[in-house]
Amino acid sequence: MANPFKALLRAVQGSDDSATSLRPERPQVPPSIEQPQARPPVVAPPQLRPSPALRQFVRSLDTTRDLRLLDLGGANAANIQFMTQLGTRLYSEDFFATLEDCFGDGDYYENQRDPARVDSFLIQTFSEQRGPFDGALVWDCLQFLRPSLLDKTIDHLHRVLEPGAHIIAYFSADERAQTIPQYQFKINDQQSLFLEQRGEMPPGQAFSNRNIERLFEDFAATKFFLSRDQIREVLVRR
Amino acid sequence: MWNRRKEEEPTARPTGAAASTVGGNEGMPMQTTPSRFDHDAPPAPRTATIGKGVSITGQIWSKEDLIIDGEVDGTIEAADHKVTIGPNGKVKATIKSKDIVVIGAVQGNVEAAEKIDIKKDARLFGDIKTARISIEDGAIFKGSIDIIRNETPKPAAKPQPTAAAPATQQTLAASAGGSDPKR
Repeated sequence: MANPFKALLRAVQGSDDSATSLRPERPQVPPSIEQPQARPPVVAPPQLRPSPALRQFVRSLDTTRDLRLLDLGGANAANIQFMTQLGTRLYSEDFFATLEDCFGDGDYYENQRDPARVDSFLIQTFSEQRGPFDGALVWDCLQFLRPSLLDKTIDHLHRVLEPGAHIIAYFSADERAQTIPQYQFKINDQQSLFLEQRGEMPPGQAFSNRNIERLFEDFAATKFFLSRDQIREVLVRR
Repeated sequence: MWNRRKEEEPTARPTGAAASTVGGNEGMPMQTTPSRFDHDAPPAPRTATIGKGVSITGQIWSKEDLIIDGEVDGTIEAADHKVTIGPNGKVKATIKSKDIVVIGAVQGNVEAAEKIDIKKDARLFGDIKTARISIEDGAIFKGSIDIIRNETPKPAAKPQPTAAAPATQQTLAASAGGSDPKR
């Protein structure tokens, strides 16, 4: 499969040649069975949505002591402001940039089978962080990993989090979608978020409630929050 | 974003009040009309530039603003001044300064007494310690963010009947730049 992720990253970074990169690399394959490709970003205004999971996540933080939070979604001013005002120390990790660095050349999902690349990805994403953390803002990052890498990533999250720490994660509720939106999440206040769509790409797998529960089976609790849009909010307690 | 005019300025220029009246200094953030208080005016700001063809290994200690568009490996210190890592700048160093602007690539811890500005397309791998931070979408940052809180000594407490307390200086100082104006 062509690398949809590179196209997405280029689109996010505003590269002029993003349209070129979206062309199928194997033109001999009939379009009807062509693998889904990343689409150019939808230029839409940021969407404000309530987030009960975020509200519970913030409530779970014991701000009377120094907290360390891990943010996998890449740094943005809104999240830095919100979290640092709570008195937390924020550790920012740009998950998508690391994915691009490790798997971006060639077939994005096929590259996730390569043990050397997987090790490099996990080391870059988790080993240099100074955990343990009191919470993790995972956003929608987990959707773009194939199952084996996803399991390893969840294991690492489990390892770097303190017992009782929470993870906030988002999954597309459309289990049949060939491509799903990828967002940047910007905290508006403790119960709402701005979602800025960066583009679309195929998910690593379909995420049903059962699949998600199984993913986090080593954690103490998993809580789902229903919403009217196609986004499933999940709060997981270590 | 990137002040090219500053880059073109010669690094050596007259300082002090006399410099403020010399012609041909367009773009210099200084007073251009003579003043009888000129002798009290601070010296005109100076900027040193490390061009993109320059590579330095070692310690840089600057008493003026610094623009780095080349490669630096070591430490950079410019207390009370501004350090700008230009679009071609590749820095593997700890940076300590009053203000820091990152447009290029930095690997190392950075500490700014006042503000760090991370521009679009910048790459910063290292820990940040600052009073204020601004980060543009498209920048890549990996590391921790430690907001310095300016602990101002509280005056002796007086009994106040009002209940609602306004936002404190401490809270404002800890805020990150480039955020939603609603907050």
